[in-house]
Amino acid sequence: MGQTFSEKVLGAKARKTVKAGEIVTVSPDYILTHDNSAAIIQEFRKLEIERVKCAEKIVIVLDHVVPASSEKYAQNHKDIREFVREQGIPHFFDVHHGICHQVFAENGFALPGKLILGADSHTTSYGALGAFSAGIGRSEAASVWATDGIWLKVPETIRIEMNGKFPAMVSAKDVILKIIGDEGADRANYKAVEFAGPAAKNLSLASRLVMANMAAEMGAKNGYFAPDEKTISWLEGRTQGEFDVVVSDSDADYGAILNYDLATIEPQVACPHTVDNVRPVSEVQGTPFHQAIIGTCTNGRIEDLRVAAKIMKGKKIHPGVRVLVIPASRREYIQALQEGELETLVSAGCLVLNPGCGPCLGAHQGILAPGEVAISTANRNFRGRMGSRDSAIYLASPATVAASALEGKIADPRKYE
Amino acid sequence: MSKGKVWKYGDDVNTDVIFPGKYTYSVLDPAEMAKHALEDLDPEFAHKVKPGDIVVAGKNFGCGSSREQAATCLKFAGVQAVIAKSFARIFFRNAINQGLPVVQCSEAVDNVESGEKISIDFAAGQIKGEKGIFTFAPLPEFILRILDSGGLIPYIKKKKIEREKNLGDKNA
Repeated sequence: MGQTFSEKVLGAKARKTVKAGEIVTVSPDYILTHDNSAAIIQEFRKLEIERVKCAEKIVIVLDHVVPASSEKYAQNHKDIREFVREQGIPHFFDVHHGICHQVFAENGFALPGKLILGADSHTTSYGALGAFSAGIGRSEAASVWATDGIWLKVPETIRIEMNGKFPAMVSAKDVILKIIGDEGADRANYKAVEFAGPAAKNLSLASRLVMANMAAEMGAKNGYFAPDEKTISWLEGRTQGEFDVVVSDSDADYGAILNYDLATIEPQVACPHTVDNVRPVSEVQGTPFHQAIIGTCTNGRIEDLRVAAKIMKGKKIHPGVRVLVIPASRREYIQALQEGELETLVSAGCLVLNPGCGPCLGAHQGILAPGEVAISTANRNFRGRMGSRDSAIYLASPATVAASALEGKIADPRKYE
Repeated sequence: MSKGKVWKYGDDVNTDVIFPGKYTYSVLDPAEMAKHALEDLDPEFAHKVKPGDIVVAGKNFGCGSSREQAATCLKFAGVQAVIAKSFARIFFRNAINQGLPVVQCSEAVDNVESGEKISIDFAAGQIKGEKGIFTFAPLPEFILRILDSGGLIPYIKKKKIEREKNLGDKNA
């Protein structure tokens, strides 16, 4: 019996042959933290260890509340900058770079075959580039800074075979929402999810990032796309170092294999208050809302802004709603400036925020009042996530959110084809 | 282990309702975190929970964000343990790393009610409730050591002190 990608990467790190279910102690290639670095520094200090073990493995991106919205956040950022200087951490990205997952990927840290840990649940994103990447908590991040080691259970793998081509105005967000809706929020708990099949090869890297990012919403430890020529050419000029492409054996032992035909998928909407409460747009269209969000680490890349701009070109958003646009990073922002998408969106009445997490986790920039409803391209719609516990969030693709913004109620984007 | 009162909830209790995102970077003191425990799920909880109480829930407890405060706030609210049908993986790790015992036992979840007093024997893998005794597989030894130390940070610190002491003894 062959091995899965996850068994191979963790086995190589543990220097032995491993099978799903085994526990290994390994040393990561990179460890990502963000604004939570302030709290992680506090934990690290408790250990009374003077220096981090491998400063060059630490990547810190300030993105969750940027620029600081209060004195408390400002102090956190200041503490982090001082720690970065004190410890000589070379990979530090201050408030102007963008969302950690996009910044991490576009700066070439997310590489095939690498083992990446991040103190953020959406660390699963880097599987889009063929890395093994999993989320951890604060204590563990402090512990990895100090010891360069962590225990991990080798996950069983669910393989998702994708065939067919998307209909117009249907995208990666719709298929991942459909999968989560069908399979449930805990389907991949403790497991790896491998996105495969002919249709996986057709997906852009941005689309792969959407799906690997949202693998976290099925509970996955990591998501994965086998690197191909698209991956290698995307990485050209960005990589931080050498890498080895690692792929599952053809006779690998999968826990389950699921099949999806992209041609049959219609736009999907995750309804309040769980990501697996998914319905086709036809069943929820007409639902009124107050705020729309196009952006975040899930859908804030140029291909997302392009589709939104295409739908809104020459039109105005509905006067009853407000629309926030948040490019995922400064690079995506610049490209959207150069290509004109931002001009189109601002002309339509959208408000463009600086690259960052924005209101996604309810900390600042567009908090919801009691009774308010949002539709967002983000990855989570839990009760109270974007503000009041009496607010509600729908999740959808950039196309669906853009179409909805024009109509002031949830709308099917296919009519804007 | 002493008896604790059960607070029972459903499936997919996520970290946003356990500890809302708006507090994640502004509330750093564990005692303060405890005041917001389960705020968006059960606003009564933080006011009424007593030391030793036990949270019981369905499947996928702690899904969502990696925020460790979801475990910290429960621990500092006095929660003795969380019993669930299953745990989301990051919460599972965070709970252990905060020294908050987590017990996976579907049978107990189906057979205990809110307000009931139950006790947990971690070494034997037994939960005693009004309707009977329910068994669970004890956690692996190395995880129990982390829990016994009060969490990952105290555990690493303890190991570091032991290592330094051993080195000192050898050099003496």
